[in-house]
Amino acid sequence: MFAYLVKRVFQAIAVMFVISLIGFAIQDNLGDPLRELVGQSVSEEVRQELRDELGLNDSFLTQYLRFAGNALQGDLGTSYFFKEPALDVILKKLPATMELVLGATIIIIGLSIPVGVYTAIYPNTILSRIVMGVSIIGISIPVFLTAILMIFVFSVEYGWFPSYGRGEIVHVFGPWETNFATVDGWMHILLPSVALASIMLPLFVRLIRAEMMEVLQSEYVKYAKAKGIRPWRIYFVHALKNTLLPVITVGGVQIGTMVAYTILTETVFQWPGMGFMFLEAVNRVDTPLIVAYLIVVGFIFVVTNTIVDLIYGLVNPTVNLARMGA
Amino acid sequence: MSLLSVRDLSVKFAMRDNTVTALNQISFDLAKGERLGIVGESGAGKSITGFALMNLLSRPGFIDSGKIMFLGDDIVQMPEAKMRNIRGNKMAMIFQDPMVTLNPVLTIGQQMVETLMAHRKLSKAEAEQIAIVKLREVYIPSPEDRLEQYPHELSGGMRQRIVIAIALLLDPQLIIADEPTTALDVTIQADIMELLLELCQSNKVGLILITHDLGVVSQMTERTLVMYAGRIIEAGRTREIINDPQHPYTQGLINALPQQTKPGQRLKQIPGSMPSLTAIPKGCPFSPRCEFVKDRCHTEAPETVQYANVEVACHEVNRLHTDKAEEIKA
Ligand SMILES: Nc1ncnc2c1ncn2[C@@H]1O[C@H](COP(=O)(O)OP(=O)(O)OP(=O)(O)O)[C@@H](O)[C@H]1O
Ligand code: SF4
Ligand SMILES: [Mg+2]
Repeated sequence: MFAYLVKRVFQAIAVMFVISLIGFAIQDNLGDPLRELVGQSVSEEVRQELRDELGLNDSFLTQYLRFAGNALQGDLGTSYFFKEPALDVILKKLPATMELVLGATIIIIGLSIPVGVYTAIYPNTILSRIVMGVSIIGISIPVFLTAILMIFVFSVEYGWFPSYGRGEIVHVFGPWETNFATVDGWMHILLPSVALASIMLPLFVRLIRAEMMEVLQSEYVKYAKAKGIRPWRIYFVHALKNTLLPVITVGGVQIGTMVAYTILTETVFQWPGMGFMFLEAVNRVDTPLIVAYLIVVGFIFVVTNTIVDLIYGLVNPTVNLARMGA
Repeated sequence: MSLLSVRDLSVKFAMRDNTVTALNQISFDLAKGERLGIVGESGAGKSITGFALMNLLSRPGFIDSGKIMFLGDDIVQMPEAKMRNIRGNKMAMIFQDPMVTLNPVLTIGQQMVETLMAHRKLSKAEAEQIAIVKLREVYIPSPEDRLEQYPHELSGGMRQRIVIAIALLLDPQLIIADEPTTALDVTIQADIMELLLELCQSNKVGLILITHDLGVVSQMTERTLVMYAGRIIEAGRTREIINDPQHPYTQGLINALPQQTKPGQRLKQIPGSMPSLTAIPKGCPFSPRCEFVKDRCHTEAPETVQYANVEVACHEVNRLHTDKAEEIKA
């Protein structure tokens, strides 16, 4: 178990290394820090001096090591626009984004399992056919379109839900302010969460359905029937656990991907999270903030994947974590 | 009184635009505690018969007509809830491959306890006690520890013993074992068969043993059905069928046994192969492969008749006999 953990952590570090290289390459090539610092009126001589001072004339390796060393200490540069450490800017925006991802995840898990199981058990009912048809449409409509449509229908036409912002939020601790403490907060987070979930939900319904249908054909399900086990127990104890094992792995990757989809959702709903911030940073060519965002999102991605792998190993009795560490 | 009485049972498969017949009006009986073998080449309909008895045919298969009287009730007409109460309880099944029969994510204990609790009002602790007793009966060492283990932690032979223990959990009247050892290591096949025989005898459980090994049938069973293309073409006491088979197909099977072949001689296989369900020959389904075939074999399906201590479905039973008599004279 411990050996496996160490192995996974090393893999995670390797991935973070690659991400830091990409981040550094962007830093190195995107925009000119001098122009941001001193404007255009300064002479070429002074510029060269400043370059030396800032270490911009050092070798690639020296510069990268400095970058990585600073990053390890939590220093991802200073945002040109906010004039604050980039990491601080992001960490302030992080809770809003994570709450959005959490909302979408709850919707996905809460709906995909019952719907996936139902359509697998009764593949030929009218309801199942409708669900499968809608899921195809859901997969093929881009998130921002879903978001705009939802705003149009539920905010503009009917006025049931607010169309932008987080609404009334309650401070929890540190930078974390939550939407889940007030009715107004819930009203504000619902539409963006549904929009964000809209691309993954049909994917998960189809995945769970396909896995479940395969499991229902298996010998051990036939055997359970031959033992006289009740159908609900066959579906939810024998079949569902085997169905969800592969889904967990895919699910972990998708949660990471969802963080990226927040850029679109947050922009449409003016959600003050780090996705919205990222798009603004791109518009302002705020390079340190862009790089910091990439590294933080990469970090979240790597951490969720590692955790999901560990969970998979723990819930699947046929995976021997001790042996996998070898 | 007979435990099981199957009458004119037909099973069909619904294909895209027609149906094919997988079992064609088969009839047989099984007395309490009797052991019956079902033999035949691959595709004869042996497994279909087993699943039909459990009313567990998976789509597109279905029972088209006939009766399966078990303990006085007709399984074909039985409501699902009542049938579920028979499965695993009065009638248990042992599947072919223990590597895939047990659920990989549930412990042995969970899979045994759930079976008991599906049919009897018991606490989990009581059910575990029964499970331990049954595991001991199939010679599983330290059964208490096994309850906590997952199937993948056990060998194939061990798993099949557990499947046998599960079959015996509720003291059934009938066990259907579909090639229970073909997936196992050759060295332990005989042990498992011996165990099954011993347990059936000591618990007076009826057994339907599906296999294509005539040697196994002769050790394990009292009566035998020989199946071909979804029909029973010969039935009788196992000893008679092995020693004095009447149907050309059964004779072919027995001649193909390695024991029947002198050293150095090639195995005498029956030429040709089992027809697929979509192309079963008219008349006698065995006619394309039969060395005694006559004109009417192509047009008329042979009736089942009593002949020389067995029931056999062949137009030429008499002729075969005279042939043999002439052979002996010559
Ligand atoms: N789902 C299905 N759809 C169509 N035909 C099927 C289906 N399942 C089985 N069959 C056919 O039914 C026939 C009998 O199959 P069955 O499994 O009973 O054979 P068997 O005697 O058990 O053979 P084996 O020794 O290979 O196990 C075969 O011809 C097979 O192709
Ligand atoms: S009925 Fe005819 S074809 Fe069929 S087994 Fe007998 S002799 Fe052969
Ligand atoms: Mg079979």
